[in-house]
Formats: sequence, structure tokens, C-alpha cells
Amino acid sequence: MSETKNILLVGVGGQGTILASKILSAGLLEAGYDVKMSEIHGMSQRGGNVSTQIRFGEKVYSPIIGKGEADIIVAFETMEALRWISCLKVGGKMVINDHEIPSVPIQMGVAEYPEGVLEELASKADVSIFKASQIAEELGNPKTMNIVLLGALVKALNMPHIDWEKAIRDNVKKDFEDINIQAFYAGAAQV
Amino acid sequence: MNNKHLLTGNEAVARGAYEAGLMFASAYPGTPSTEILETLAEYKDSLYCEWAPNEKVALEAAIGASIAGGRALAAMKHVGVNVAADPLFTAAYTGVNGGLVLAAADDPGQHSSQNEQDNRNYAIAARLLMLEPSDSQEAKDFTKLGFELSERFDMPVMLRLTTRVCHSKSVVEFEERQEVGAKPYEKDIRKYVMVPANAKVKRAHLEDVLRAMAEYSNTCEINREEINGTEIGVISAGVAYQYAKDVFGPEASYLKLGMTYPMPLEKIKAFASKVKKLYVIEEMDPYMERQIKEAGIDCIGKDVIPAYDELNTDIIRKAVFGEEAPTLSSDKTAVVRPPAMCAGCPHRGFFYALSKKKNIMVTGDIGCYTLGAAAPLAALDTTVCMGASISMGHGAAKVFRASNSDKKVVAVIGDSTFFHSGITSLIDVTYNKGVSVSVILDNRITGMTGHQQNPGTGLTLMGEPAVEVDIPMLCQAIGMKKENIYTVNPLKLAEVDAALDEALAKDEPCVIITKWPCVLKKFTQEDKSSFDLSPKKCVIDQEKCRKCKMCVKTGCPAIYSGDTITINRESCTGCGVCAQVCPFDAIKEVK
Repeated sequence: MSETKNILLVGVGGQGTILASKILSAGLLEAGYDVKMSEIHGMSQRGGNVSTQIRFGEKVYSPIIGKGEADIIVAFETMEALRWISCLKVGGKMVINDHEIPSVPIQMGVAEYPEGVLEELASKADVSIFKASQIAEELGNPKTMNIVLLGALVKALNMPHIDWEKAIRDNVKKDFEDINIQAFYAGAAQV
Repeated sequence: MNNKHLLTGNEAVARGAYEAGLMFASAYPGTPSTEILETLAEYKDSLYCEWAPNEKVALEAAIGASIAGGRALAAMKHVGVNVAADPLFTAAYTGVNGGLVLAAADDPGQHSSQNEQDNRNYAIAARLLMLEPSDSQEAKDFTKLGFELSERFDMPVMLRLTTRVCHSKSVVEFEERQEVGAKPYEKDIRKYVMVPANAKVKRAHLEDVLRAMAEYSNTCEINREEINGTEIGVISAGVAYQYAKDVFGPEASYLKLGMTYPMPLEKIKAFASKVKKLYVIEEMDPYMERQIKEAGIDCIGKDVIPAYDELNTDIIRKAVFGEEAPTLSSDKTAVVRPPAMCAGCPHRGFFYALSKKKNIMVTGDIGCYTLGAAAPLAALDTTVCMGASISMGHGAAKVFRASNSDKKVVAVIGDSTFFHSGITSLIDVTYNKGVSVSVILDNRITGMTGHQQNPGTGLTLMGEPAVEVDIPMLCQAIGMKKENIYTVNPLKLAEVDAALDEALAKDEPCVIITKWPCVLKKFTQEDKSSFDLSPKKCVIDQEKCRKCKMCVKTGCPAIYSGDTITINRESCTGCGVCAQVCPFDAIKEVK
């Protein structure tokens, strides 16, 4: 089939990285890939940074991605893209939500949100930067930001043979299927 | 495809137990093990499962269920096994009737734990048959096998998991449930009553069982060779095997161990003779390496592989081959994002009031409120283990008293942790004339592990209503004077402050119960009728704000301190703590 591909989704607790990775894995599994997905629960959920790692291919061993191994990193928050840059494969791609969430030290005024992060990342890697949060808000549901980013990721992965609409419908509540599918395509159009 | 499911290891353990005809399961929630029982509850039409007040109770209940003839499971995190160690060691003597599996989940790297311990050592110490799955399919298969082996060897089986096995998803194939039912129960005093005369016989018998288990370990299919090249051989188990496969690749040969106690030393000897260089790749302690070396087999292990923290492919590759993947880096640094109490967390108001008290020592406990130690509140002095706050506070207060110090002690514990092991500590305080103040932070749920029911919530794991423990009545029953028990709303700073002042001034043990539901909780009808949970927001009147940052010092993640101080409307819950600390009356509550 193919060598193992590594996708890293990073963000802040509560941004919906887990649902996005669940839909991605469901689509990949349906297409016959061996899939492993790893996430950390517990303390990190309380406003800390979160990451979900997905590896797929013919046969996958380690459930986690090493440094310099991620083919694509999707950052749900701008500073998180910077935090995880060492995991990106040289020549890999980053999909970045242009959206800043200050961490507690920044909120308290004891640290500053780093400036020029997007320019810095653009100078180092192949990046797609857009305002996923704003796109989701314009669609009428800010919570679909995760699916906007999923759409961009899937486009970057270039796997049109997978029925992504089905993967979305199977994993979201009935009332939210259509809006999530809209969000998915809105995100795909950004890459 | 439709029989293939992407499951976490925890979900797979639950599925395996269900398929094995499990009748009874009991656990105390703890990361990374919690979802085992949460998933079992989805099969509640076929089996019984519960949250026990602590791990010792959970294991004892499972031992009882097993002796009565049902297949039984107890699940817990690594430190939970410390709590349950007392029954565990002796259960290896009594053996079982229905199969008994202990699912114990280690947390290498301490993602969500107060220590890092390698529970494989328990298998040696208690002489338990141990299985170690390396992915979700094995987690399911080994759970099922665990019940069979438990019955075959008349021995509890320890299913040893780690965070990456528990929380990684991989493909699992489902099978039907076997309705094995309960085995007949027969009274057998020599088997189940562990007075010395019987236990001595059982201890000797245990050696025979160990020999039989070792023989099985040397022949079973789950300890399997993968012979490729002859240059390098790798012995590994658990998730470390997956890392090893990626690092050493298809040229190396492997001995993949699924059963790691007793170790298959004959099989290891045979494998070692087939390769020139033998590596043992394992996370944390040199558990396998030590036994392999004791058997006179030369191998490379912890001399290159780190003996603590979580392993990954990078660490192993660097340790063994000195290779590192090329990476990108940046001169800019991402600011740390430490976990914090949520916006609207009822603990914040309490800790804010507590942080203003002078000359006190605060003994803390395990839960979301451990975050009370973080800046800016920095309101804790200690955290050791579940339930330790009250007992450590008692000891500390006695020493301050004996050394004529006027320092007072406040112990802080959550509702679920109080039920877990705080009650006996509070008995110590009341009966032995303690002088500390014990605060029970009752947020109506087990918070940190993701909202499990506990004996104070009025609901069981299977969703049935239950009689809540009445905490004030319980405190009275164990000797706390009624006038020394305060119940306060933790979001009302003046109320908390007054209760703390009054309790700290007394020369008798006191209890303060802060009662308000966790802001993330799915509120019950009872919550809605007992507390004003109507949606509110707080806003800062910029004309009145003098940027004194008093509100910022509550550590609320909804408050942002930039050129102006603002409150994020999305995350604010209108708890009003910031409005109470504002000296300029600049924060108003709006609907």
C-alpha cells in the first residue's frame, strides 16, 4: 500500500482536536488502512495544550510520532504550531489556524504572546494559514472550526477516494451533519 | 470491515471482558485507566459494574465476586494498586473460582500522576500471572485469555497496561459474548480463610503454581519469536515492542512477550542463542533485564535505554544507534500552557480566600484542586497521595502544637477523594483530639478524571439513583461537633472567609464543606433545584477599571490582561469571584 504517514493535530483543550482526529481515523479505517491514534487525557484537558497523533499505512507499529516525523501538522492555535515545529518532517506541511489563545502566564501579564509566529513558520515550512475560527463563525457555528481544519488537512492529504462525508455523518449528531459538511468544504477550499 | 473497530486499549479491555462473559466489575477512576469501567457500563444489560469508593474496595469486591463463581474484574491506575495491595497479595494465596483479572494502568512519564512506578514489580512481589498487551487487539485478546488463565491456574491475573496502550486507538475485531455464567460456589475454608495454618499451606502450594505458570510462559503463543536476521535480537513487551519494531526494523529478530510473569526464561535462552547482539527494550525499570541477567543471559538494556520517563522511537533510536532525525527549529519560543482551574470553577473562590490567610500550612490532595498550588493562588503546601491531606494535616498540626508554633493547618480534599480515603483520616483527627481544619471541596462529582459518579452524587455508574452520603451527618457520626461543621458556597468569598476565620480560631477540629457543582458537570435536576445555575456573564466597565489587576490575581482563564483588562465572554460563566475582589466596583454581572 504505502509507507506510514504521520499526522499531528495540536491545539488547546476544548478546541475539538479529538473529534477531528476521530473523523479522520474513521475515513482512513474505512479505506482499509491500518490506523493508530494516540491522545493524552486527564490533567492536560484543564486549559493545557493537547495533541492527537494519527499514523496510518499498511502496517503501523508505534502509536506516537517522533521528532521530525510528522508529514502534516494541523495547529488549531497559532502558538501551538510553534511549540510542535520540531515534530515536523523537513519538507512537511503545516495547516495553521490564524487564531491566538493566550495561556495563563500571558493572561496574567507575566509573559508575552510571541510576535511574528506566522511569518516565522512560513519561512521554515510549507504552510497554509487561514482564519478557521472566523470561517466557522461565518458559517453560523464557531464550534465547527475543528471541521474547517479537518477539511484543509484532508485536502492537503489528497485522498479524494475516501468518503469523507460519510465519516463526518457517522461521527457527529444528526442536527449538526450539514453544518459540519459545509465547514469541511470551506476548509478544503483554503488549501 | 464492519467487524473492525478503532478502539482505545481501555475500550478494548472492556470489550474483552464483556466477550469473556464478565459478571462483575468494580473500579475507582484514575487516569489512564478510567475508561475501562465507563465502557463496561455500555454493556450494563449483560453485566454488573460499579465505581467503588477506592481501589482496595474495588479489588476486594471483585475477589468476592470471583469466589462466588462469577468472572470478575477490578481496574485502577498504578498508584491505585498500592491502595489495593493488601488484598492483592493474599488473593494470590486464595486463588479464584470465577476468573479474576486486575487491570492496572501505569503512567510512564507521569502525564497525569503524582509518581512514576513500574507495577510489573507487583507481579514478582505478589507472584501473579502477568499479561502485557502492546495494542488494542491484544488488550482485548489478553483480557479474555486472562480470565481463562486465572481459572486454569487458580490465580488472579494482572493485566498490565500503560498510558499509550490505554489511550491509543488501534484496530480491534469483535467477537460474540460467551455466556459462561457463574461457577458453583462451594464453601472451602482451607482455600478461602487465610489464617496462618491455611495460608502456610497455600504459600507452599504457590511454588507449584509458579512452576506450572512458568512452563506455560515458555510454551504459550503470546510469547512469540519473529526470526529475521541474526545480527540483532530484541526482547520487548507492551508498547515498547511497537517502538522497537519501528526502530530496529525488519532486519532484526524479535522475541515479543505477552506474558511477562513468570518470564519464559527457557524461550529467552533459546532466542538469545540465535542472535549475536541481544537488546531488551522496556519502559521504566529493568524488570525483564534483571531476570534475564539473573538467568545468566547477556543482554543490553538500561545501560543505554533510559530507566525512567516514557520511551518513544526517538529515544530508543538515539540510545541504540546514536541517530537523530533532522528537525526544524525556531528562535521564537512558545509560552508554556500549564493546566489551570476552569473559568467558573467553584474551587477558585475558596482558594482565593484561603490564599489570603497568614501563618497557615495547607495540606492538599489529589484532584482538580491540586491546581490550587499553581500561580497566582499558590495556596497549597503539600500533595502526596489520595486522602493524605487530612492525615498529613493532623500530624503537622500536632507538631506545630508541640513546638509551641502558632501555625495553623488547613487540609483540603475533594468529595470523591474524601470518600476514597479521607474518612479514616478524619476519624484520626476527631478521635485523637486533632486541631486542624479539614475542608471538603464538594463539587458534586469526580472532576479531574472526567466526571464519574461517587457516593456523594446520588447516581451509580449504571445510571441508577442511589442514597447519597450525607457529609455533615457523616462528620458528626465520627465525632465532629455539629457547631464545628460549616457548609459554605465557595463562590461567596465573604462566606468562605468568615468560616475559615472562625474555624482557625477554634482549638478543636473543624470541617468546612464547600458545596457547589463543577462548572463542567452535566447538571442533574437536583443540582438545578439546589443551586442557582442560571447562565450569567461578568463584564468590566472600562471607565471604572483602574488596571489594579486584582481580578487577574484570581487566576481565572477568562480574564485577559493586556493594554486593558477584559473578560472573554465565551469562557466566562459569571461566577462573580472577580467582581467580589474588584476594589473599584468595575465588574458587573449581566444576563
